[in-house]
Amino acid sequence: MSLAVKAVGIRKSFGSHEVLKGLDLEVAYGEVLCILGPSGSGKSTFLRCINHLETPNGGYVWVDGAIMGYELNRGALQELPVKRLRAQQSQLGMVFQHFNLFAHRTVLGNVIEGPMVVRGLSRDEAEARAMGLLEQVGMAAKASSYPSQLSGGQKQRVAIARALAMEPRVMLFDEPTSALDPELVGEVLEVMRNLARGGTTMIVVTHEIGFAREVADRVVVMIDGEIREMGAPQQVLSDPGDPRVRTFLSRVLA
Amino acid sequence: MPHLPHSSPAALPLIDLPGPDVTVRRLRHPGRWVSGGIVLLLLAVIVRAFAVGQIQWTVVGQFLTAGVIVTGFGWTLLISACALALGVVLGFAFGIMRLSENPILRFAAWLYVWVFRGTPVLLQLLIWFNIALVFPRLYLPGLIDARMVDVVTPFVAAVLGLGVNEGSYLTEVVRGGIGSVDRGQKEAAHTLGMTPGQTMRRIILPQTVRLILPVLGNSAIGMLKFSSLAATIAMGEMLNAAQRIYFINGAVIELLFVCAVWYLAGTTVLSIGQYYLERHFGRDAATATSDRRGFWAWARRPAARGEA
Ligand SMILES: Nc1ncnc2c1ncn2[C@@H]1O[C@H](COP(=O)(O)OP(=O)(O)O)[C@@H](O)[C@H]1O
Ligand SMILES: [Mg+2]
Repeated sequence: MSLAVKAVGIRKSFGSHEVLKGLDLEVAYGEVLCILGPSGSGKSTFLRCINHLETPNGGYVWVDGAIMGYELNRGALQELPVKRLRAQQSQLGMVFQHFNLFAHRTVLGNVIEGPMVVRGLSRDEAEARAMGLLEQVGMAAKASSYPSQLSGGQKQRVAIARALAMEPRVMLFDEPTSALDPELVGEVLEVMRNLARGGTTMIVVTHEIGFAREVADRVVVMIDGEIREMGAPQQVLSDPGDPRVRTFLSRVLA
Repeated sequence: MPHLPHSSPAALPLIDLPGPDVTVRRLRHPGRWVSGGIVLLLLAVIVRAFAVGQIQWTVVGQFLTAGVIVTGFGWTLLISACALALGVVLGFAFGIMRLSENPILRFAAWLYVWVFRGTPVLLQLLIWFNIALVFPRLYLPGLIDARMVDVVTPFVAAVLGLGVNEGSYLTEVVRGGIGSVDRGQKEAAHTLGMTPGQTMRRIILPQTVRLILPVLGNSAIGMLKFSSLAATIAMGEMLNAAQRIYFINGAVIELLFVCAVWYLAGTTVLSIGQYYLERHFGRDAATATSDRRGFWAWARRPAARGEA
């Protein structure tokens, strides 16, 4: 298995508050990795450091043969101009907790935006491919609706299609079902399950233990900005060695 | 305290309850009729006062379509349109600068707003008009070399004065509009690989325009009225034309009324335009969905804060 992502010693502080305390992580192509952990433990920050929405204060992230945001130059990391950083970022699809759909664009408009503007596809080509993706997430019938006309679950499925449209190497999900009404969680998890089955490389921050147990190849538990446990779901979820992880899991599994 | 069953004289026993088809008598509002009547009466008094007052209405009618007045109104429209266009351009330019990552650009935009919003527009007009006292020549290497008085004509001074001033207001409006587009959409655009420029042009600004459109409508209406200030710098717009006529024929109030009629006509047309523009652009925005009642209902709505 070849590596897709390698995070090396990621540190991040906001002011004097150290949120990430030197995280290392490797994700292989085709792997599904779930990140669990209590709220405020730095899961979102870690994901945002991986795709450089936040710049780490220390360490770096290697994605598919390049270091995010930098270029290795005579043994030092030289910061890249924004255009090249964006090109790297488009290799990582991101799905946000609050969808972040473009409010002034239709469902179809949201999905074709990246391919047309960033990759220079023609409108016809972008639309044809977008319709295929919307089909895949079960949203083709709503192609001409605006985000405000959709339910949360529908919005999130569109957001997934929008991220997939850039044909990213890796998909990042930041609590994709946490903002949804309980009855809408299933439809989004179903789409994600299908992606995993299709071999998509995924890093998923989630509170859905059931999803992690069923779909993840590996599970990571983060507490207070540190990775406290990492391994196969059965092992981590049923027999964690770390006492704090045990407390956390007993709380969420209760 | 325990809840005691109270037996006031008004208590209605179940046995006395009427059937479902019982007649309902609505409350009368005699107060509304009285206050409405009083207002109508006052209106009638005012109308009568003007009808019998020292105004020659035939003169008003006569000058309403006089060549000088109509030409003046044309200038009024032209100044307003040019100044508004200048204001919008400046508003967007400085509004975007106001949120720049570069502290010097941010400071420059702040300074612009501070100066031009902090001084009266009439004063600014006079300064532009007299700018030649400071800079006798306008010299830009390779572009222009002329006497300032030839460049800054009353028309140019009016457009600059009104436009630059309006721009300082619109800067704040644009800044607020950009700020109100949630950060998440910007981040989503970044993760798709869009550059800051592409994100601004394709994601942020289109949503900003929609938000500031109602303000632009008010700006246009305000501008039409404020353009009358240009009369003070010898710009031959409508009010100035009217003044020159009444200095000669003495029909002061008649000519001022002529202007009032034209201004009202102009602002009414603009209000109608604003209504349709808002309805068109508001189609998918959450804000305008409640306003589908037609123009007149919209026009009589309570004025928004700061509506000129
Ligand atoms: N932009 C920010 N500025 C300041 N503090 C932040 C910022 N983002 C996150 N934090 C802080 O970092 C900590 C971790 O946040 P986050 O990564 O969102 O945790 P999680 O996603 O695990 O709930 C929290 O204490 C949060 O308050
Ligand atoms: Mg989070």
